[in-house]
Amino acid sequence: MLESWRPLCSTEQLRARAKLYQAIRLFFSKRGVLEVETPLLSHGIGTDPQLDFFTTAYYSAPRRQTLFLQTSPEFAMKRLVAASSGSIFQICKAFRNGESGRFHNPEFTLLEWYRVGFTLSELMDEIADLIVFLFQDQPISGNPIQRYRYQDIFACHTGLNALEFSYQDYCACARAQQLPDAPRLCGHEHRLWLDLLFSQLVQPHLGNNALCLVFGYPACQSSLARKNQYDSRITDRVEVFINGVELGNGYYELTDVHEQQQRFEQEIMLRQENQQTAPVLDQRFLSALASGLPDCAGMAIGLDRLLMLLTNSKHINDVLAFPIANA
Amino acid sequence: MLDNDPCAIVENEFVKPGKGQAFNRVKIRNLKTGRVIERTFKSGESLEGADVVDVEMQYLYNDGQFRHFMVPETFEQYQADEKAVGEAAYWLKDQDSCTVTLWNDVPLSVTPANFVELTITETDPGVRGDTSGGGGKPATLETGAVVRVPLFVQIGEVIKVDTRTKEYVSRVKD
Repeated sequence: MLESWRPLCSTEQLRARAKLYQAIRLFFSKRGVLEVETPLLSHGIGTDPQLDFFTTAYYSAPRRQTLFLQTSPEFAMKRLVAASSGSIFQICKAFRNGESGRFHNPEFTLLEWYRVGFTLSELMDEIADLIVFLFQDQPISGNPIQRYRYQDIFACHTGLNALEFSYQDYCACARAQQLPDAPRLCGHEHRLWLDLLFSQLVQPHLGNNALCLVFGYPACQSSLARKNQYDSRITDRVEVFINGVELGNGYYELTDVHEQQQRFEQEIMLRQENQQTAPVLDQRFLSALASGLPDCAGMAIGLDRLLMLLTNSKHINDVLAFPIANA
Repeated sequence: MLDNDPCAIVENEFVKPGKGQAFNRVKIRNLKTGRVIERTFKSGESLEGADVVDVEMQYLYNDGQFRHFMVPETFEQYQADEKAVGEAAYWLKDQDSCTVTLWNDVPLSVTPANFVELTITETDPGVRGDTSGGGGKPATLETGAVVRVPLFVQIGEVIKVDTRTKEYVSRVKD
């Protein structure tokens, strides 16, 4: 008999999760946002070179088809919004291959919601309301909410301009901040430099016992956000942090099908260059965009990480009954 | 293998910005120098594996320049210099078994057994009547190591020592 049949987390953790889901459902039902459900298995999959997906085989005799486990419910939910569902939310599983660590389990739970007619700043207000509501008994809900433009908070901790890449300046910063591997890792790719410097030098300082919202990400950093109407170097994207932990990501959604198709094609080429698994474009999603996606803002929050923060847990395995190794 | 030295991974943290490149921040111990350094890699990057194995061996003798070890099953012998033996020298008694880490079949480091039994060669006589050993006193062992022992322990006695904490555990009765 295997001792590892037992759940890794405590019964209190199971209760905390149930309580969290109830609170989320209450929050959105009060606001008239509809709970929906979309498939985990689909014929198409996202092209993001940063995400590795799980591929499955579906037998429907005599045919054998390839289906993918979703990396997020984004495409399916946008198809609902395009079909006039109005504002919707979902609590579901998402799957990302190869992601495992203190804050990652390859199978995890997402809260994703879309707000028809919301701008990015209205979405940010709602995120703040939600977090205050969920953390109502904890100091996080009482402390002032931090809102930073990406370029400001990046300059504050690195002294660098996030919107204009200078190889010399970036290398000098890496040297001064004891990141000797940075030039070798990032080369002349602005995108990689931002990922590395932001996660190492900026993120740990964000949201000390408070909610922190960072918005206006450089354009090279987001595939589904809309470009800012006043400054094309940035996109209308927001990221949410508490105690240096990244909780989620939101966009003022791209609705232009031609620009979307272009970005997909660029990403597929990048994947080819990196010799990654070839994705299958989600044509139904593109058709939904072509038929007209209402202006909307959407947000995804990792609920396992949120639970870690709510229960002061150090490792994602502490909030999961059966993490991947015991699944 | 990193910078031509064999290394062991002490800690590996997966760092991934929401929509960005995944990195692994890794704490690495250089097995030659024992130094721990931090390096960052792109997830999926690969490094050459080091041919490093731990082998249980018996310590034979010290010839002044090298210490000699033998694998009991095969009688294969290895010699290790002071650099490889390092602090383990304080805990090695002839015939004792220990772990020798081999890199390309050459001893890289030596780890003594967790517990060793050694004879006290020098220590102050204890105060009579004190058997609790509140403060303790230093004692020199046959291998040259110095550990704190309770006051009642005397020269010539054999004691058991935890080599990881370098602390006295108990007296060993013959």
